[in-house]
Amino acid sequence: MNKYLVNLKVNNMPVSVEEGTTILDAARKLNLRIPTLCNHPDLTVAGNCRVCVVEVKGARVLAASCAAPVSEGMEVFTNSEKVRIARKHIVELLLSEHNADCTKCFKNGHCELQDLASEYRIGDHVFLDLVNQEYKMQDISSPSVVKDDSKCIRCQRCVRTCHELQGISALAVTNKGDHQRIATFLNKPLNDVVCSNCGQCINRCPTGALTEHNYIEEVWKAIYDPSKFVVVQTAPATRIALGEDLGLPVGERVTGRMVSALKKLGFSKVLDTDFTADLTILEEGTELLTRLKKALVDKDDSVVLPMMTSCSPGWIKFQEHMYPELLDNLSTCKSPQQMFGALAKTYYADKINIKAQDMIVVSIMPCVAKKFECERTEMRDSGYQDVDFVLTTRELAMMIKQAGIDFNKIGEEQYDSILGESTGAAVIFGATGGVMEAALRTAYEIVTGREVPFTNLNIQPVRGMEGIKEASIKIKNVKPEWSFLEGVDLNVAIAHGLANARALMEKVKSGEANYHFIEVMGCPGGCIGGGGQPIPTSPEIRKLRTDAIYSEDANMPLRKSHENPEVVEVYKNFLGEPLGHKSHDLLHTHYKPRKRY
Amino acid sequence: METKLKKVDIIFEDDKTSPITILEKTIKRSADEIILDLIDSGLKGRGGAGFPTGLKWKFTRNEDSDVKYVICNADEGEPGTFKDREILDRVPEKIFTGMAICGYVIGAKEGYIYLRGEYNFLLKTLQSKLNKFNGELKQKNIDFAIYLRSGSGAYVCGEESALFESMEGKRGEPRNKPPYPTVAGYNSKPTVINNVETLVYTTMICHMGPEQFKALGTNDSRGSKVFSVSGDTPIAGIYELELGMPLNQFVDEFGDGDTKAVQVGGASGHCVPRKKFNDTIIGFEGIPTGGSMMIFNSTRSMYNVLHDYLEFFTEECCGQCTPCRVGCQQLLKGIEAVKRGERSPSYLDDLKNLTTTMKIAAKCGLGQSVGNPFNSIIDNFREEIIY
Amino acid sequence: MTTELLVKELVEKNGKSRNSLMPILQGIVQKEHFLSEEAMLSVAKELDLSAADVYGTASFYTFLDTVPRGKNIVRVCKTITCHMKGKDDIINAIMNQLKIKVGETTHDKKYTLLTANCLGWCHKGPVMLVNDDIYPELTPAKAVEIIQSYGKE
Repeated sequence: MNKYLVNLKVNNMPVSVEEGTTILDAARKLNLRIPTLCNHPDLTVAGNCRVCVVEVKGARVLAASCAAPVSEGMEVFTNSEKVRIARKHIVELLLSEHNADCTKCFKNGHCELQDLASEYRIGDHVFLDLVNQEYKMQDISSPSVVKDDSKCIRCQRCVRTCHELQGISALAVTNKGDHQRIATFLNKPLNDVVCSNCGQCINRCPTGALTEHNYIEEVWKAIYDPSKFVVVQTAPATRIALGEDLGLPVGERVTGRMVSALKKLGFSKVLDTDFTADLTILEEGTELLTRLKKALVDKDDSVVLPMMTSCSPGWIKFQEHMYPELLDNLSTCKSPQQMFGALAKTYYADKINIKAQDMIVVSIMPCVAKKFECERTEMRDSGYQDVDFVLTTRELAMMIKQAGIDFNKIGEEQYDSILGESTGAAVIFGATGGVMEAALRTAYEIVTGREVPFTNLNIQPVRGMEGIKEASIKIKNVKPEWSFLEGVDLNVAIAHGLANARALMEKVKSGEANYHFIEVMGCPGGCIGGGGQPIPTSPEIRKLRTDAIYSEDANMPLRKSHENPEVVEVYKNFLGEPLGHKSHDLLHTHYKPRKRY
Repeated sequence: METKLKKVDIIFEDDKTSPITILEKTIKRSADEIILDLIDSGLKGRGGAGFPTGLKWKFTRNEDSDVKYVICNADEGEPGTFKDREILDRVPEKIFTGMAICGYVIGAKEGYIYLRGEYNFLLKTLQSKLNKFNGELKQKNIDFAIYLRSGSGAYVCGEESALFESMEGKRGEPRNKPPYPTVAGYNSKPTVINNVETLVYTTMICHMGPEQFKALGTNDSRGSKVFSVSGDTPIAGIYELELGMPLNQFVDEFGDGDTKAVQVGGASGHCVPRKKFNDTIIGFEGIPTGGSMMIFNSTRSMYNVLHDYLEFFTEECCGQCTPCRVGCQQLLKGIEAVKRGERSPSYLDDLKNLTTTMKIAAKCGLGQSVGNPFNSIIDNFREEIIY
Repeated sequence: MTTELLVKELVEKNGKSRNSLMPILQGIVQKEHFLSEEAMLSVAKELDLSAADVYGTASFYTFLDTVPRGKNIVRVCKTITCHMKGKDDIINAIMNQLKIKVGETTHDKKYTLLTANCLGWCHKGPVMLVNDDIYPELTPAKAVEIIQSYGKE
């Protein structure tokens, strides 16, 4: 549809933009920055913080530039006296109801309100302190998300995130007037409500009202404890995002530097979740083929299709709350993090001759739901809590800063072995569609003996940022033992962000779609957009991170999970075969229905 | 000054013509003619904001949409205002008729009356009268029906876009504008939303023609309006008066002889002190009002009056936008702090500056108008606030 | 009738769309005097909304209470003209009679005493609502008498 161009002036500079553009975006086109708080590139417009107000010539009141569309001949002033006074007042008002004890805040130095206060040199507080003392009681019930209402500025970004991106609405705006606040159902603890722990709200909270439950001190304590052997694993998406919190541009790959920094922090061994990502492909791929065989050949009614991936703990908890009737569709495979923990405290401990009780497994994750996952009672198959502590990418960056490491100048190092080897198929777990692509690279080859028929193994149809992707791959010329798959169109679907997952689940439930395999990642863009990743996030940022993930893959010598030599070895020496007895004990799990409301 | 306070009888007039007859007569004319008459009459919205009614109907008529709505805003909540309740009680058919005429003009098939929850006691009779009226419409093959919706205690829902939100089952939080209701109102469809009293005037203007209405009032404020008179007056109640009267004449008529101030336009209106009665005109050229006139005599503490207002806004604002949510609390706590001597009297000037920001930066009319009572009371009764 | 049944009945009558939320919540309050956890959960389920969303909407409206209330809810107008005409005396008289403070409910769950913002009877203050019934031009004695009459039912 053709859109008309609208001509206007901002601060006396002419600019032409498409009809429907907001004043904010028109100003951006002129490289004028207007401060915002409630506005976020991933969310619908709220227009409630009013920090972005501007003066429009002839108008009775100021306009919220994030919400007001341009019009022909409009004259806008973004820094007039009226605007400046109003904006400063608004920041002062926000500070007056904000627990501005900044030095004690986890977001100190990473707070949009603090930045604005600093920009406007808000000195002595003009207004009265309105901080509600009751709100200072933090909700620390969730192992993933900490909620501190005394820091909340009511911008409602979290509410819109939970509703628009995640389709959950665990958080809502409640009450009105001076009692208005952001709350769960009847103010229940976060751990008792439908929260998936995805942490997307944290990524979009401008202040310290929503933060991850941090375990930095616990991890330092373990590192300093001479009786503990502390191994660390790093998730695929951490290596392409960590740099953002350490002064590097978005999309810069820092794998070697991250390994080097982890070694300098004092971890006993630096290992890779990518190893268990490869292992997951073998287990999950086999599970899929087994399910297909049972369904297509044995006509076994108990087999449930489509099978759905289980790597994303936010997605898992979402499913337990929202679609308990579909729990049997989930792959029984644990997530790569938990497979790693279970193997570390058994196979690996044995190999390196360390007692499991002396081992501490730390994960560096782009995720806050992983913090909840590691505490699940199902995740103790080694006889101990398989993974002890989960740190977000952000927390790792803080530790690196605390240790005085100059991340820019640090050299690159290699992961330790064993449990450190990986393939390109594992690293793409970090992007939406990646698990699907990795699974197809292996499963297709198992079934046909040939590589997937895509240039350079890049399965483009499953890549990209559409909310729900669908693809169909014809399986031809199969090996004799897979003859039942000859000519079958393997239908797959991929969703990222739980609102999309919800839409996809409705399609599955209605029988409208006939998929064999579904990949779901709880966060927009997959793990690269995870709740534990550096802040801010936006579609552009997630695109750059995704590009980095695929370059990482393209540069790996091995690109298919089944070719990972350490994976081959673990089957030979320990597990036996995929879905074997030992795998079943250590690498697979079950799920439980939770309250939907 | 020439103008005399003049009592008028249009709204409650017991005309022999039934409203349904007015409707039948009116819809024989073209929609454009009706709009022209309304514009010609000079009728402006009687809810307080004063937008020309004819234009509102015209804009909505011009929107291209299969579905449009007529909504009667009966969420009368402004402290000091009770005239809509009286109209709803006494002449509801005139409201229904105005809605049906509007439906004909703009091309809407559905009308809603959003009645504040505090007036639930009216529901029963209103519903039965509505059933009768809807039946008559059906009988006469007029494709329009009116439904009742009820509020649940939220002053801000009187703000039109908050009212739509509430009707859509959501929190009554005002929307960003544009789009305006004429383009996207209830269910995001073009919507005319008029105050109860405005709708009755549209009926009566269609009945008697614009001339009679236009002859009343002044250039900027045509016609008459229903006033809710309360406070220190021996004759509190509802009065339909010609617009444009000077406040001193009003006080002569309604005051108790000891009037020190009149709050014109409810809690969100302006407080006029005795010394300004002579040169204050009630109308759009002076102080516009939704009809609330609260009279205070010399025994009243203006600190208490302001405190009550601010407490009201602090509790009743929706809470979404910063200037209003936090601003209201600061004003309330601020005058308390000055009263207690914890802040110096000059802090009142900081607060006055804050109301300027609220006036231009708040999202809706509620926050924008809190400065009206604040400044007019501080400016005229500063000592009462401090000591 | 159980809460769940009541909700089902109200949903049947008003429809399942979001636009029906207010009439449904109002219907529950009319019967049960407040919105219990169970009631809000049932509504969420029926309308496919999140429970937090239902709670968030309900808690916006003064008359959609989410804490337990008595069978008869007394709301005394506290806004300026009723203030001027003696609402404090009315409230005191009711507090003495019911032995509760504003915001509280009697032990027998018969009465809850609340204040309200402007009820729209400024010319006839002080005024109070008992449930949906309006009582203008109160005196303390009249208020007590009215309250008592609700006890007899």
